[in-house]
Amino acid sequence: MAKVDILSMENLPGVAALEKRLGVSRRDFLKLCSGMAATLGLPASAAAEIAEAVASPAKRPSVIWLHFQECTGCSESLLRSEHPTLDRLILDVISLDYHETLFAAAGHQAEAARKTAMAENKGKYLLVVEGAIPTKENGIYCKVGGQTAIDMVKECAKDAAAVVAIGSCASWGGMPSTGPNPTGASSASAVLGKPVVTIPGCPPNPYNFLSTVVHYLTFGKLPAVDHLGRPLFAYSRLIHENCERRAHFDAGRFALEFGDAGHRQGWCLYKLGCKGPETYANCPVIGFNDLGEVSWPVGCGHPCIGCTEQGIGFEKPIHALAELKSVAPPLGYPKVDEERGVGATIASAAAVAALAGAATAATYNLTKNLGKNMAVEDDQPKREERA
Amino acid sequence: MSNHAHPAPTPLGGPLVTSLTKTMALLIAIAGVILIVRLFFGIGAVTNVNDGYTWGIWVVYDVMVGSAFACGGYSVALLVYIFNKGEYHPLVRSALLGSLFGYTLAGASVIIDLGRYWNTWHIFTPGWANINSVMFEVAACITLYIFVMWLEFSPVFLEKFEKKDLQKKLGKWMFLVIALGALLPSMHQSSLGSMLIVLGTQLNPLWQTLLIPLLYLMTAISVGYGIVIFESTISAIGFKRPFELGILAKLSKVMWWVVLAYLAVRVVDLVVRGAIGEAFKPNVIALMFWIEMAFFILPAVLLANEANRRRPDKLFLSAVGMMTGTFLLRINSYLVGYETGEGWSYFPSLPEIGLTVGIIAIEILGYVVLVRLLPVLPKHEAAAAK
Repeated sequence: MAKVDILSMENLPGVAALEKRLGVSRRDFLKLCSGMAATLGLPASAAAEIAEAVASPAKRPSVIWLHFQECTGCSESLLRSEHPTLDRLILDVISLDYHETLFAAAGHQAEAARKTAMAENKGKYLLVVEGAIPTKENGIYCKVGGQTAIDMVKECAKDAAAVVAIGSCASWGGMPSTGPNPTGASSASAVLGKPVVTIPGCPPNPYNFLSTVVHYLTFGKLPAVDHLGRPLFAYSRLIHENCERRAHFDAGRFALEFGDAGHRQGWCLYKLGCKGPETYANCPVIGFNDLGEVSWPVGCGHPCIGCTEQGIGFEKPIHALAELKSVAPPLGYPKVDEERGVGATIASAAAVAALAGAATAATYNLTKNLGKNMAVEDDQPKREERA
Repeated sequence: MSNHAHPAPTPLGGPLVTSLTKTMALLIAIAGVILIVRLFFGIGAVTNVNDGYTWGIWVVYDVMVGSAFACGGYSVALLVYIFNKGEYHPLVRSALLGSLFGYTLAGASVIIDLGRYWNTWHIFTPGWANINSVMFEVAACITLYIFVMWLEFSPVFLEKFEKKDLQKKLGKWMFLVIALGALLPSMHQSSLGSMLIVLGTQLNPLWQTLLIPLLYLMTAISVGYGIVIFESTISAIGFKRPFELGILAKLSKVMWWVVLAYLAVRVVDLVVRGAIGEAFKPNVIALMFWIEMAFFILPAVLLANEANRRRPDKLFLSAVGMMTGTFLLRINSYLVGYETGEGWSYFPSLPEIGLTVGIIAIEILGYVVLVRLLPVLPKHEAAAAK
């Protein structure tokens, strides 16, 4: 698509219709689309594509959302997004055909809706898995409508266009999988035996999920992911790299205890066990609840616990020091009191004077005898001849 | 360049181990020890540079002055190739050799002076370099010029090792190398002055002027001729060669015109800007300004008399005056006239001086060894090769 000024799209019929349908101002809607394109790290032209895709109701994909061993925190996080009308938009951008928490239907009615949606949108619907899947003793530890979680996820995944695991539980097992893991809690990809897109976090940032879905909606494919299935736009950088307290780390200013002078002044939390240096996520960049930079754990003064990272979140004690993946603290730090420089000492002044004296003496001696008893090569006579 | 018949350059020969070379080697060894301490224990361990004076003599002398003193190759090349004065051609090789050393060591000094010298490659890596910085211009330009100079000087090595084919191929492109060799120093010698403009009011009005790039460039050109006279005189004495009076007398006239032009620009600029009053304040800065000016006036006065231009002692004295003036202009503008605030001070430490002396020793030793081994200086039938 050519370069489009996104705000010029305000008058498009699709966008105008959306205003009526959702009760959201056209300007706010287009701003949201630009914001999502930015979260995805896409160029401005993508914002227009996103707006077009979202505004066109024909493209709304069916979404089936499964809950297993989880706390519903991921769904809650999505619902609590304070961005204008996001809760309404998510219901309109996608067609959420099955969601155990948000469903009005109950019991067999709910299961019937799921089966209908699966049949109607065969091969086209998006499957979202929230929560870990217990695998011990044939998965009897989690059943929905008499069906084990294992059977249900396999059944739903069979005809799904794409599978997205939301939250750390579905991504890599999360908290339920922490030792001794009595239920054999496993990730969606382990149960399905194939890689899926994962949005780890406890809870993950709703915009990471939303952006992934909108990417799928706009471009017909899921965004680029790393070896763990995490979208690169959100999980390719260490928290440490973008942390607003990073300057304190580099300068050696660490909070050593909760509530100490350094902690109160917002110094680096590394020595309190912050896992930012070994955790990949974009928390410091987008924050939570649309409040900007302060609204994420480190911004509030608590060390990162590494919730997105298998083997760190819920496993390493909160106070344990993180492994420094990118940079180690320097061996020495700048001094608190600046040295303002040493003036001339007797020795250095004498050295300069000696050099100057030696140069002067040498020049004098050379000049004094220069030109005497010396062979001279001169072209003067030649020039006179020529003339 | 071959319209003028000149004796071909030949290696001087002669002993390499003398009391001079031994002394120089000792000074270099001392500098080497200081260098090791600096590389392992940091720049603060050996220098007096601080947050107020971030540039000490390793930059101001080794780079600013060092590269200006290395302008002999540039100034002579301007004369020979741009103004087509072929009669100066015999001076090119020895002038170029001095420039080669001066610039290569200036480049090395910058790296030693970088706090994190292991990041030097950032300068030359697109994406890492800050291309909006005048320092980038200087760093990239000087690096390029060092390569260009080695290419300009390469015929000397190729002659020595008899690589005729390569020399012929290179010769086809030599015009381009020479053109770059004339262009690049014009760029960075003025940029060395431009960096001072950034210092704003921290620099005394005696030196803080928008014309400082021009002043730096003019002194670089004129000191280039000064250095050629200086080197030629010292070689004549040291290697017992005949004094090249004819050519140096003519060269000194060129230098005289440039230094006159410089003095005119300098004084008019001071008066027009109203900064001349600073020169009459009773302080060290004003005193240093007058000493600097005196050394520029010295060659202007000495060489005004045509008879003096044909006297080796007066020629030499003018060259020394020119060099001292250029040296002081740079020291004054970067260190003496620079005040960064209450309480800051800088004076070079002994190890700093030691390393700088070592670098000068490398230049002298290298020059002596190379003119003895390589065809640099023109052959003189009368000269006893001793």
